[in-house]
Amino acid sequence: MTADALPGRAGRGAAGAGQVTAARVVYSEWVRLRTLRSTFVTLAAALVAMIGSSLLFTGLTASRWSEAGPAEQAGFDPSALSLIGFFLAQLAVGVLGVLVVTGEYSTGMIHATLCAVPRRLPVLWARAAVYSAVIWVLMTAAALAAFLAGQAVLSTQDIGVSLSDPGVTRAVFGTGLYLTVVAVLSVGIGMLLRNTAGATASVIALLVVVPGLADALPVSWAYRVSPYLPSNAGHALAIRAPGPHTLAPWTGFMVFCLYAAAALAAAALTLRRRDA
Amino acid sequence: MIVAHALSKRYGGRAAVSELSFTVRPGLVTGFLGPNGAGKSTTMRMILGLTAPTTGRVTVNGKPYAAHRAPLHEVGAMLEARSIHPGRSAVNHLRCLAASTGIPRRRVDEVIDLVGLRPVAGKRAGTFSLGMSQRLGIASALLGDPATVILDEPVNGLDPEGIRWIRGLLKSLAGDGRTVLVSSHLMSEMALTADHLIVIGRGRLIADASVTDLTRGAARARVFVRTDQAERLAALLTATAAPAAPAGPVRGGGPAGAGVAVASVGAGCLEVTGVSSERIGRIAADNRVALAELTPRQASLEEAFMALTGDTVDYQSPAPVLVDGRAV
Repeated sequence: MTADALPGRAGRGAAGAGQVTAARVVYSEWVRLRTLRSTFVTLAAALVAMIGSSLLFTGLTASRWSEAGPAEQAGFDPSALSLIGFFLAQLAVGVLGVLVVTGEYSTGMIHATLCAVPRRLPVLWARAAVYSAVIWVLMTAAALAAFLAGQAVLSTQDIGVSLSDPGVTRAVFGTGLYLTVVAVLSVGIGMLLRNTAGATASVIALLVVVPGLADALPVSWAYRVSPYLPSNAGHALAIRAPGPHTLAPWTGFMVFCLYAAAALAAAALTLRRRDA
Repeated sequence: MIVAHALSKRYGGRAAVSELSFTVRPGLVTGFLGPNGAGKSTTMRMILGLTAPTTGRVTVNGKPYAAHRAPLHEVGAMLEARSIHPGRSAVNHLRCLAASTGIPRRRVDEVIDLVGLRPVAGKRAGTFSLGMSQRLGIASALLGDPATVILDEPVNGLDPEGIRWIRGLLKSLAGDGRTVLVSSHLMSEMALTADHLIVIGRGRLIADASVTDLTRGAARARVFVRTDQAERLAALLTATAAPAAPAGPVRGGGPAGAGVAVASVGAGCLEVTGVSSERIGRIAADNRVALAELTPRQASLEEAFMALTGDTVDYQSPAPVLVDGRAV
């Protein structure tokens, strides 16, 4: 702990030493993500939400299937029921996506981050990429597990579907993709607003509250507006058979991607222009 | 080497920093001094590119900070907001920063040992005391083995042993030929650590001088006089005394305003600036004024600081400042 113990200035002058590269920034974001306890807690919650909801709701349906009326039986979508956990999981994914950014603003860590990467934008791209990649892997696996578990429960009543049925694979992997775009959207909104409470409320409002409010519109309007709202559009990919008032699966998903891209672009502009 | 040229930052209508120009040279510890709210942190943030100047520019080793390809090798900084996520351990905090510029794990361990945080390296930073957080902040600043080190109020929260350690560290960093810029609102601390001082008040440059020049120049020696003929002596001094030793320049040789000032500081007590005690004694004797006390008072660096920043303090206590402030 003496002052003269400062090690020499090794490494200086070596080729590429200390330079900021895209790969290094990505690796740094990976280290950041896995060195916070909140990451594990929140992602575990998302996994439990996906798989737990599937077991709970398919279990309830299977146990009461014989009492269900013909209309209820006709309108039943086994894959959607087993993937219903997405509704809760998106909250965990959205909140953590906000936190990986606003957590740095609230603690001042962002100053150290931007001193290490003074060009700033690589931080945003890398953070969105690393977080959404982690979400894609985990949530695709979770959706698959939830689907298989749910169908296993439903098959006791012989009402399950399999991955080879039309549209089912798309619905399962679409759930993972939907949550991946939620991840990008929430990182963008977090970087745009820089404030945990504001950004969290915005993400939840955008994904959950606004679609609910749209239902209060006169029906003819609601049919026109509702399909284009972010979560409705994106979730079209995760529905096996789209209804009359839903966008086509990939069209809807592209619309959702545009929302996320817009959030990311606004975040990039703010990050560049505004004082840190 | 840090070069600021006419650096200004306005927040709405308020100027945080105005037309600030200075050079911080390698091989010296440069103290960056000013009362709270003087614009020190804003200036440091502008050096690091975290805050964009409204006008003016600042370069580090010839380039804006953001233009450097290996930024952590150019500048290592600890800002006042400690910039540490409380959920990460000390080691992991440093690893996050090291990773983005390819600094090896070995270097993380080196700086942990250097600042004496080895026993708590695996503990979450949120559990750290202020002093331990300061040490972690300093470790982050030294991570890239930087040519320039910028520390905002590094002694805050350190115990006496820690303060002594910081002083030694700063001197050895400068001794390596690095550029070292350290802010403080405590002149006494800077007097012991810094070689050169940049003093600002209300965002404006007040002094840019070596510590020696500043003490000699800014606060001239004052003489305390007690006599029952205070009024008469005051008149005599103002009328007859020629300037004593002229005050040195605060910056490179401007006139120092060597007038004589006599202030009444209580019944029968005077405080005289600009006249030596010998000359006061002589004038008193010549005019048959009996003196009860004649005491020269060497200005401390603290008083020099007060003299320089006295009329630029934003949040001032009602007590009057002893020596008049004086612009350069």
